[in-house]
Amino acid sequence: MSEHALTADHSHDDHGHHHHEQTFIEKYIFSTDHKMISKQYLITGLIMGIIGIAMSLLFRLQLAWPDHQFTAFEIFLGDWGKDGVMDPNIYLALVTIHGTIMVFFVLTAGLSGTFSNLLIPLQIGARDMASGFLNMVSYWLFFISSVIMVLSLFVESGPAAAGWTIYPPLSALPNSIPASGLGMTLWLVSMAIFIASSLLGSLNYIVTVINLRTKGMSMTRLPLTIWAFFVTAIIGVVSFPVLLSAALMLIMDRSFGTSFFLSDIYIGGEVLHNSGGSPVLFEHLFWFLGHPEVYIVLLPALGITSEVIATNSRKPIFGYRAMVASILAIAFLSTIVWGHHMFISGMNPFLGSVFTFTTLLIAIPSAVKAFNYITTLWKGNLQFNPGMLFSIGLVSTFISGGLTGIILGDSTLDINVHDTYFVVAHFHLVMGISALYGLFAGVYHWFPKMFEGRMMNKNLGYVHFWITVIGAYGIFFPMHFIGMAGLPRRYYTNSAFPYFDDLIDVNVAITIFAFITAAAQLVFLYNFVHSMFYGKVGPKNPWDSNTLEWTAEVKHIHGNWDGPIPEVHRWAYDYSKLNKDESDYVIPGQDFVPQHIPLQDNEEEMHH
Amino acid sequence: MTGLLALIVVILFVVTLWQMSKIFKLSQLKNTNSETAQIANDKDNTINAKLMIMFLIFLYAITIYCFWNYSKFYLPEPSSAHGGSYDTLMFITLALIMFVQVVTQALLHYFAYKYKGRKGNRALFYADNDKLEFIWTIIPVIVLAGLIIYGLFTWSDIMNFEEEEDAIVIELYAKRFNWEARYAGTDNTLGNANVRFIEGANTVGVDASDTDAMDDVVVKELHLPVGRQVIFKLRSQDVLHSAYMPHFRSQMNVVPGMITQFAFTPTVTTEEIRETEYMRDKMQVIKEIRKEKNEESIARGDGPIDAYDEFDYYLLCNKICGASHYNMQMKIVVETQEEFDAWMAEQKTFGEQIAAQN
Repeated sequence: MSEHALTADHSHDDHGHHHHEQTFIEKYIFSTDHKMISKQYLITGLIMGIIGIAMSLLFRLQLAWPDHQFTAFEIFLGDWGKDGVMDPNIYLALVTIHGTIMVFFVLTAGLSGTFSNLLIPLQIGARDMASGFLNMVSYWLFFISSVIMVLSLFVESGPAAAGWTIYPPLSALPNSIPASGLGMTLWLVSMAIFIASSLLGSLNYIVTVINLRTKGMSMTRLPLTIWAFFVTAIIGVVSFPVLLSAALMLIMDRSFGTSFFLSDIYIGGEVLHNSGGSPVLFEHLFWFLGHPEVYIVLLPALGITSEVIATNSRKPIFGYRAMVASILAIAFLSTIVWGHHMFISGMNPFLGSVFTFTTLLIAIPSAVKAFNYITTLWKGNLQFNPGMLFSIGLVSTFISGGLTGIILGDSTLDINVHDTYFVVAHFHLVMGISALYGLFAGVYHWFPKMFEGRMMNKNLGYVHFWITVIGAYGIFFPMHFIGMAGLPRRYYTNSAFPYFDDLIDVNVAITIFAFITAAAQLVFLYNFVHSMFYGKVGPKNPWDSNTLEWTAEVKHIHGNWDGPIPEVHRWAYDYSKLNKDESDYVIPGQDFVPQHIPLQDNEEEMHH
Repeated sequence: MTGLLALIVVILFVVTLWQMSKIFKLSQLKNTNSETAQIANDKDNTINAKLMIMFLIFLYAITIYCFWNYSKFYLPEPSSAHGGSYDTLMFITLALIMFVQVVTQALLHYFAYKYKGRKGNRALFYADNDKLEFIWTIIPVIVLAGLIIYGLFTWSDIMNFEEEEDAIVIELYAKRFNWEARYAGTDNTLGNANVRFIEGANTVGVDASDTDAMDDVVVKELHLPVGRQVIFKLRSQDVLHSAYMPHFRSQMNVVPGMITQFAFTPTVTTEEIRETEYMRDKMQVIKEIRKEKNEESIARGDGPIDAYDEFDYYLLCNKICGASHYNMQMKIVVETQEEFDAWMAEQKTFGEQIAAQN
């Protein structure tokens, strides 16, 4: 009875029918439509990505050929690259800003911001986010913080250069490095705004997922993408405020003479008055966000992968409930492992033991996820669309990079590889490259949803993928070995003293791979921009997918569905499901049953 | 070596391009204007499936290549007492993860190859299997439990060391961008110190009013007697540093405002490690590289570069600390007790230094 009433109510929900002419500013700039905001996030993220990757190329040149002079340094670094020689200060600034931009601006905002915005309303069957206005504010705060971060590159004393972890006292004392003056101030301001943006976005995602699911869309019927975005948003809300408090205390130490993180310091020929603070406190606060941040970056990528792999394997994702449980377990554990970044920070060794224990526990849900992906491929009918390729690539780098985490998460083994290139190799594979693959998978897969049916060129996608996967392993696999040789990261040159001279060949090889890989990204950029305007319009549901977004209108309208919101009758993974007597698919001749199709007479109910 | 690597890369690159051009041609043939032109068809599936297998081969090739050619970069046999158990744990863990890596990557890429899509093929509707999932939950649990327990015992041995009777206490003092070491002197007790006492010759801020401090010895080169436990007390003058002694499998951050510590017993003298085959080979390679560099440098008009004839242990800074972070190091000499005593006798105590200054 009540069900009937609800259905009736639903069909009268004709919100989507109201159209009104939007001005250019309403439509493209101050838009409250989640689809437009998602595109804004993506394009801003991509631009930041270009800056971040370009920086890495500059310092890779320096690391491979430290004695050479490069006109590129003169062109891009100006006074910091006089006569083609890179200044050590700007080297540190480049690695710092590269890290900051890639982690926060590309992989947090660019990935989670883009796809949470695009997919949450479309896949749960909602007209828009719970608050379109907050969503818009969230994007524009992100935009402002990006602008400030980019502006900080042009400060005379240089942008922040204390590493992306900005450990004080280095980041607090401008007379330790000039970059800790105005550059660091702008970094902190930018990040404070970024955190506000992230919180507004996350709260919106959480509320939307909880409240605006369409009829029939129970939590256990949600596509794994939504589970991932939902849990990511929760971790963000739990941990980002702690970074804000750390940043505020750092601002106070820098500008108002407090001593939260400073004590007993003699610098520039004088003793500072600060006493009683501890940099270790900052490390705790920083990593309380910093580690969950890894999963804020990675979980959306894993969610996207789950969806793309299932669709293109024409199979249900294996172990849906185990996948959800793994996401939840990873999210919970991610908040209690931050100390594994601090085994040798001087904190009590007993704490190190506890963090080793919790850290290695994370390997369990991660292993479950990896095995479930592999099993999903087993006996599938794999469609190698570019999104699928990047998803498989993600599983590959997630395994390779995750496994070395077992070494770094072990407090004993961390002693000798801590802060070496081994760490650099590990986290680039497991979170950097994996999350980037997730981003690419998402872009290729949902491009038609973003750009009104237009599709990206698949052949350029293949070129992009194959060069990228070979290049990425070429960069980061050998890097483990120079780390095991005891080569510290963040060294401006490895040949200031002779001991590491024999590693230079490896560094040259890595740099060559880096340039090849970066060149492949140009193929992607061309494909992206070209397809945006001239891409072929494909079918409404190009990948024969079950999820609700493909039932929405191809042309973007405010409210997503022209008619009533579809009702959901099943989970998102009824791919290749057979009818009761196994003579044909549930819907004859069609190997998928979209979520809005009611249970058929000839099929068994799976309790999803 | 690099030549071979470059060759492999070039070959794979060429093969990739060749396959790409094939894809291009094939896709041109099919009606490119149709709605489904940008969706993978059977030909795309076949080609990409083959590339998956080739990629797996590439992955194995680069793994073998790296282990074959770069394993020599792994640090020499540890020169400290606890280093052996560190290396054992490292090798066990490495063997384990490489096994998992080889197997899972094979499954992933082989399945991708084997189950490539074909029009008319039917995928298996296979949504759950509690038994399978239990198996691959419980296996990591058991294996990791073993690793955790082994790791924690080793960790506890290293960090919660027992102070031996003849242990020698040394303060490592970090400042941008060099290190100093302070020996506790005849009383084996370090005098009090604080940055507020830094003045003139008193570069590490020793409290001159503390009687324990007078016999302390402050030096710029770290000498360690072999076979005797060394307890390092680490102190920083300005920002975070990290005292990294890779050959001793030892590292600890140096934090302004607090004293951190680490202890180990050096077991191999500098003389001894220079004579090892590992170090001879390594030095040979480095000398050749430096010879070339030297010639280049002279040709450029920059004059000859510093000679590097013999290996020395070193202490590196491994926490970003400013512009010259990359060159913040200190030489370590491990020697016999007699040599150490002789060296120590030549050093001026803190008291003598202060007296000389006045």
